[in-house]
Amino acid sequence: MRSGKLLLTGAHRLAILVYVVFALFPLFWLLKVSVTPNDLLYSEGVRMWPSRTTFEHFQFVIAHSAFPTFFKNSLIVSGATAVVVTILASLSGYALSRFTFRAKYWIVALMLITQMFPLVMLVAPIFKMLSPLGLTNSLTGLVIVYSAFNVPFATFLMQSFFDGIPKDLEEAAMIDGATQFVAFRQIILPLTLPGIAATLGFVFTAAWSELLFALMLISGNDAATFPVGLLTFVSKFSVDFGQMMAAGVLALIPACLFFLLIQRYLVQGLTAGAVKG
Amino acid sequence: MMHQPIAKHRPPLRKRLADASEPYLYSAPALVLIVAVMLVPLVLGISYAFRDIQLLNPFSGGFIGLDHFRALGQDQAFFGALRNTLWWTGASVLLQFTFGLILALLLDKPFYGRGLVQALVFLPWAVPSFLAGLNWAWLFNPVIGPLPHWLYALGLLDAPHNILSDPNLAMWGPIVANVWWGIPFFAITLLAALQAIPRDLYEAAAIDGAGPVQRFLSITLPFLAPTIAITVLLRTVWISNFADLIVVMTNGGPADRTQIVASYIFTQAFKRLDFGYASAIALVLLVLLLVYSMLIVLLRQTMLNKG
Amino acid sequence: MASIDIESVRKSYGPFPVLHGVDLTIRDGEFIVLVGPSGCGKSTLLRMIAGLEEVTSGEIRISGNRVNDLAPKDRDIAMVFQSYALYPHMSVADNMSYSLRLRKTAKEKIASAVGSAATKLGLDPLLERRPKALSGGQRQRVAMGRAIVRQPKAFLFDEPLSNLDARLREQMRAEIKKLHADLKATSIYVTHDQIEAMTLADRIVAMHGGVVQQVGTPLELYDTPANLFVAGFIGSPGMNFLEGRYVVTGEGAGIRLSDGTVVPVARRTGIGPDAAVTLGIRPEHVVISDSGMLEAGVELVEPTGFGIILHLSLHGLPFKIFTLDREALSAGPKVRVDFPQKHLHVFDEKGNRVD
Ligand SMILES: Nc1ncnc2c1ncn2[C@@H]1O[C@H](COP(=O)(O)OP(=O)(O)OP(=O)(O)O)[C@@H](O)[C@H]1O
Ligand SMILES: [Mg+2]
Repeated sequence: MRSGKLLLTGAHRLAILVYVVFALFPLFWLLKVSVTPNDLLYSEGVRMWPSRTTFEHFQFVIAHSAFPTFFKNSLIVSGATAVVVTILASLSGYALSRFTFRAKYWIVALMLITQMFPLVMLVAPIFKMLSPLGLTNSLTGLVIVYSAFNVPFATFLMQSFFDGIPKDLEEAAMIDGATQFVAFRQIILPLTLPGIAATLGFVFTAAWSELLFALMLISGNDAATFPVGLLTFVSKFSVDFGQMMAAGVLALIPACLFFLLIQRYLVQGLTAGAVKG
Repeated sequence: MMHQPIAKHRPPLRKRLADASEPYLYSAPALVLIVAVMLVPLVLGISYAFRDIQLLNPFSGGFIGLDHFRALGQDQAFFGALRNTLWWTGASVLLQFTFGLILALLLDKPFYGRGLVQALVFLPWAVPSFLAGLNWAWLFNPVIGPLPHWLYALGLLDAPHNILSDPNLAMWGPIVANVWWGIPFFAITLLAALQAIPRDLYEAAAIDGAGPVQRFLSITLPFLAPTIAITVLLRTVWISNFADLIVVMTNGGPADRTQIVASYIFTQAFKRLDFGYASAIALVLLVLLLVYSMLIVLLRQTMLNKG
Repeated sequence: MASIDIESVRKSYGPFPVLHGVDLTIRDGEFIVLVGPSGCGKSTLLRMIAGLEEVTSGEIRISGNRVNDLAPKDRDIAMVFQSYALYPHMSVADNMSYSLRLRKTAKEKIASAVGSAATKLGLDPLLERRPKALSGGQRQRVAMGRAIVRQPKAFLFDEPLSNLDARLREQMRAEIKKLHADLKATSIYVTHDQIEAMTLADRIVAMHGGVVQQVGTPLELYDTPANLFVAGFIGSPGMNFLEGRYVVTGEGAGIRLSDGTVVPVARRTGIGPDAAVTLGIRPEHVVISDSGMLEAGVELVEPTGFGIILHLSLHGLPFKIFTLDREALSAGPKVRVDFPQKHLHVFDEKGNRVD
């Protein structure tokens, strides 16, 4: 009995170790390539760690490329998108969670259907709509587009958080003298903080990775985001993989930091509501 | 006592208006954004499916009815892409879900360092998808990546070559990358749902004499079912539309063996610049996904009604 | 403080009617208890008074002013929820002061109101805690405190004590009673607990199926229940019922039971001879005596400590006796019982009381 339990525990830890290795190994490889000197890139291509390491790729990327601009742009776009989407999705998620109204099912259907259309096909129409408004080649335009893409899922997510909060609380607040909106702002929103963190995280990472629209709506370096910038490494420097991977590693940092910060709330927040559907 | 006909009580118009409009006020900002930036372009995009739109041809733009769809009916590449989409979506969702569920179950048990492990295994989700694709393409490359050599050592490959250029195996490359990238999504949502299951249910079942397998089947699964249904539905829709990894890793090749509908649309639109035809394909994909979603929703409804 | 008038109030959820026309006048400072079986519409009525639920038709007035279309916040009433509904992210003090802060009351006033309410409820040492760190009883007190700091026109309680254990419930019941004597605030209180209803109420409103069955003081409902429903619902263990026919005998009247026995009752008006009736008698009013006119078999003896409940079978039907006499513990296989006339209730075919 005891040894059986020990075996189970062992198997459990081993399985977890396998997952951790599987999750981290590709990231490790990214790091390895980024510190491998160019002359060793191919000759020591399959070694687990190069015989010589260098930070020159990082130095180059930070000091001599437009990467800091890309980085700043990405940070602005992803941050703004995350904030805008979370605000909008809180409101619409609250409506779906707390009210019964005629258009509810239509709204849900609309949000689901917009998830089914390949975004590729929206590029041309969106470009045509944004360019007379001067929103192409601008970070604001990107924020608007990304926000629209992410609002539906974020709405469902926020709705599930609100569903987990008893209705009694708003009713108590309304009897205490609050309007529904004040009750929402002062009582319900603070209780969904973990959910808000989860939503912020989802949206931030989604916006951080987006390539297609960043590529199509932006020309030139000034408003390019980092994924576009990564592609410029391909053309400009005749695919300098070391520099590209160094840029990739750098670009991972904010996304990972953000993710590490919110991942605690992610599960905790989702637990409160659980995505019950 | 006086008996008056009971007139249905009507609050003043202003209050009725205010009450009825409240949910719309909450959802309006999101709706305006979605309609303006997604629905209108979507309708425009759908209209392209019935027009001849070629970016390089200044005389195009005319209305051509169902011509694109007729061409599509003859397009062997499209049907190949459709088969590949099924394969790509099915394998990705199934593997992501299975491994995501196992990971969630593993993380549901308390152990020392759980917080850190959780943070680490969820990290792939934070990696931009095309960077993930690039990175995996590296890993599969025998010159600069270790995977082919390991697979060879394990006897899974008869030579350490790049599976991305092997027509029979190429699809596994993007699928593995996709599984790596997508496990966290399932694990996070399923873990959250797992932790919402009241613990005393398990205790009660254990006292009733249910073993671990029975407990999993009779408590865990039914509790997870709604979450599973909704996440699988959303993920299926997303993944079948998700071309980033394929475009980056194989670009549909070799010999179109990894061409899925979404990447085919991308090729038509941005390589051949035939937006009309691309839109027609996208519309077909949209209809297929709609049918699929409705089937899932119906299935769930009947399951709920039975339960 | 305020009076509350409820006039032919109806409520439907979609096509489903829940309340079928409720009329009720609650006087200033009165303590009203709503009782009735689960699902009869007590909470619905309470929530309509609070403004949490639309009124389908009819009128609700507080202090004579029609409030149908007022938002809850403009009605100046307080409510204590069964779940307490404390704000988890606020301290006890903040929970209690929330309503005053919303009204932009001056800081000093808030402090003194919270202070005096906390003292009244013994919450002084807990003011800085979060609700999570409180016991059930303490949470209940905070919910009460939140209601009393504002000195509202009326208090609404929806089963406020049902999550507490028996002893705590008893204690809180006494406190609520003291509080009411102190504040003299108009209160409406929903409960399932008979004792709470009897001890707290100035008047009890018994509801069933969305209809008010009887309104009266606790003793009125106990002594002269208006119909079979109230008779059976008030009192524990519940009243015994026997079917029979009303007969007029030479000197008086009686009810002839199925076996032919005639139980003498006082003459009733408004009912003809040979009418089918139901005879009711409370278990505590049945007298065990060797010379009793009816014989019943003993099925079960239940000592409650305070008294003894005998479960009998009378003409094959269940029948209960409650007695303080310990000798009943050894009651034989058969007992003879008598029904004192003044404790008998007669109900006509429709279930309405006849006197
Ligand atoms: N939102 C709703 N939609 C439809 N029907 C409802 C709704 N709320 C309550 N009901 C119905 O109205 C009836 C009265 O409910 P109510 O909550 O007032 O009962 P209650 O007397 O408070 O019962 P309990 O003692 O169990 O609390 C019930 O039959 C219930 O099913
Ligand atoms: Mg109730």
